[in-house]
Amino acid sequence: MFEQDVKYLKFKTYLNAYCPHCKNTFNVERKDNKWLEFKAKYKGEEIDLKLSPYLDVFDIESSVPIAEGDMVDDFLCPRCKKSLISTEIKCGECGSPVAEVIIAVFSKLIPFFICMKHGCTWHGISKADENKIKLKIPRQEMPEQDQKLRTTNFMEVPYGYTSELATLEAGRCLQCKNPKCVEGCPVNIDIPAFIRLIAEEKFDEAAKKIKERNILPAICGRVCPQETQCEAKCIMGVRDKPVAIGNLERFVADYERKMDLVKVPVIKNKINKRIAVVGSGPAGLTVAADLQQLGYQVTIFEALHELGGVLVYGIPEFRLPKSIVAFEIDYLRKLGVKFELNTVVGKTVTIDELLQHFHAVFIGVGAGLPTFMNIEGETLGNIFSANEYLTRMNLMKAYRFPEYDTPKPRGNKVVVIGGGNVAMDAARTAIRSGASEVTIVYRRSRQELPARHEEIRHAEEEGVKFMLLTNPVRYIGTDQRMVKAMECIRMKLGEPDSSGRRRPIPIEGSNFIIETDLVVVAIGTGPNPVIFQTNPDLKRNKWGYLEVNPETMETSKEFVYAGGDIVTGSATVILAMGAGRIAANAIHKKLSQLP
Amino acid sequence: MFQIVRKQEMAKGSIIRFDITAPKIAAKAKAGQFVIVRVNETGERIPLTIADKDAFAGTITIIFQVVGKTTALMRSLKEGDLIRDVVGPLGKPAEVENVGTVIMVGGGTGVAILHHVTKAFKEAGNYVIGIIGAKEKDLLILEDEMRAMCDELVVTTDDGSWGERGFVTQPLQKYLEERYDIKLVYAIGPIVMMKNVCNLTKKYNIPTMVSLNPIMIDGTGMCGGCRVTVDNKIQFCCVDGPDFNGHLVDFDELEKRNNIYLKEEKESLLYSIR
Repeated sequence: MFEQDVKYLKFKTYLNAYCPHCKNTFNVERKDNKWLEFKAKYKGEEIDLKLSPYLDVFDIESSVPIAEGDMVDDFLCPRCKKSLISTEIKCGECGSPVAEVIIAVFSKLIPFFICMKHGCTWHGISKADENKIKLKIPRQEMPEQDQKLRTTNFMEVPYGYTSELATLEAGRCLQCKNPKCVEGCPVNIDIPAFIRLIAEEKFDEAAKKIKERNILPAICGRVCPQETQCEAKCIMGVRDKPVAIGNLERFVADYERKMDLVKVPVIKNKINKRIAVVGSGPAGLTVAADLQQLGYQVTIFEALHELGGVLVYGIPEFRLPKSIVAFEIDYLRKLGVKFELNTVVGKTVTIDELLQHFHAVFIGVGAGLPTFMNIEGETLGNIFSANEYLTRMNLMKAYRFPEYDTPKPRGNKVVVIGGGNVAMDAARTAIRSGASEVTIVYRRSRQELPARHEEIRHAEEEGVKFMLLTNPVRYIGTDQRMVKAMECIRMKLGEPDSSGRRRPIPIEGSNFIIETDLVVVAIGTGPNPVIFQTNPDLKRNKWGYLEVNPETMETSKEFVYAGGDIVTGSATVILAMGAGRIAANAIHKKLSQLP
Repeated sequence: MFQIVRKQEMAKGSIIRFDITAPKIAAKAKAGQFVIVRVNETGERIPLTIADKDAFAGTITIIFQVVGKTTALMRSLKEGDLIRDVVGPLGKPAEVENVGTVIMVGGGTGVAILHHVTKAFKEAGNYVIGIIGAKEKDLLILEDEMRAMCDELVVTTDDGSWGERGFVTQPLQKYLEERYDIKLVYAIGPIVMMKNVCNLTKKYNIPTMVSLNPIMIDGTGMCGGCRVTVDNKIQFCCVDGPDFNGHLVDFDELEKRNNIYLKEEKESLLYSIR
């Protein structure tokens, strides 16, 4: 089955052709030799025809020579002798009559046409039928690490597509004239174009196509919530499952990297202006790459000792290998971007000082201040913010304690509060670090879980339990002030709130206690105050985030731009990149007007 | 990379002073602020208060007591060696103004931090009374420096091997009884010392500031590991502190939180010895 699928999409399917009248098969198979056998009428005589049985190779052999451009009078079934000429369809190239046979693709019978004019190579299926076939190809899932095995290591779970799987999946794309997926993409990647290139096995070109709009495809392919963006709009999704755009994106990016095809462009046009980027997360990296390629000199300032922001401290190794982030950052370094580690803007240097040395400043510091619920017992030992838990495990590599010095949080019955990607990451990290039981406690129902579907599925496969419609009300500690239990309350869903999701309402008197010795609070983050402490003149919105002009991402301070979570609050990697792109364009426009 | 330009063993090899080249930090550092240090690639990030700075030479001074794996590793470093990461100055600086008479109370390695704040208070024109203490004479640090800065200085040791015998709270109580012009007490030292000082000053209703030292990772407000309860509200020590109104701090909680990784600290130290 698998082999045949692949062959179809390489357009090398072995045709199983049948007569539309008597259902006789035209296939002949002798030793290694396969062909389709017809009778035909040429100049009043009955002759034999042999056709190659592959979709993409169109060879005809006849018992009597036929001149190029001559018309064969009729195609006949060798058994029932009835004419195969179609009354409805004409050749798409020369307008001649065509013969119609039935072929079987994915156990579906579909009309297939062959032009009667000798030398004309038009053959195939109508567009409508092609789409019908595409619907018959199931969505290809990525091969993954064994469910049991993966809970014992921190290696990436999906292995990614093979080139066969990628071409097969790419073949499902309908190549819509008016592609909705592009509208769903925050950075408007030309999705049908890159998928077409994959179908044609031009993986290198496909990668270049994506990189026109997105500099971090290997990362976005892994962490974007495709099911609410591009894949949500895919027309295939109406009838069947949407094309796996994210998986394909990941495949071409990995292919390009592994095959060493990444080329650093030579920047011809140097602009003698300097840009400071604060924060090396997705927003900052995008701004840096865009402006450096335009010829500016970009310096990125990072507070931590490693580059990548949330990509290295937040997202675990098994979801996004650190080597990939390092590779992308190395690419920027080769472009000429400079990096200043261990520099907290707002402390080590201020925005105003940066403005003295740089022509523009971009703030992409993220929303790194963890939110707590402010309930009783929240400062007990072994209650962590997701940021702390993940930073310890990812950035500081505590899972390799004592080889690495940062202590690994100890816990056997782990509870994670929240239902987003970060909650899934924390839960799956806990499973891998040896917890015997990991439970996600979320106040809404399953439908409202904001995490990517893939993360929820992976978490479930790995044994994470879900306690839905439940909210903690207080924590209970031991004498040593370590958490030992958590009191919860059951919730029900009421009317939709401002976010459009149904508001959870506590059910009075439904309190119950669950035992736990490690709690991770993953309920979101707020704006980090550091940058505002030294720059109170930066205007903030009512949630405390930076206020920007949405068209240019410029803040209330001239030449200071911002984007990503520090503007929007906790969001996604790709949205931060989208904001970075807008800011980069605006900075370029503004600085171009300067002498 | 940050170079150690000077190393000094201050007390029996258990309290060490480093001068580290970090011009950007030295230019900005104010009394009460701290840095986060990561010694090498596999190291943990630990907060250390800036004990002094020399903006001209571009160096900062840190003073630390050897307690665990990382500080033991730091003791083994020599002059000229490099430290992988130093980031700062973090935290809010101590709020220093001329209030009149202040008492600066310091215990153990806390004196290292206290001495930087004392300097600032003295420069602001205050009448400064210093009370510093240690377990024994050999563990007492920066006595001369403190004596040079303070208008009055009392030294205590737990065992009476130097200065007055007993804890810093005894001379403090005496001052609080005798003098009515004390406007502020600054207490920096072990948690139990700060707690006792605060219990005492609460009785006399004297505003008291303390500098807290919880477990931290990033030091920029990102992890929330350093959260402390002040006035029944959660505060992040790294961005809201490290100095807080001592009368509102839940010291018992802080003490317990700082002990969470005692077992791991031992394990890590043993691993490094092996």
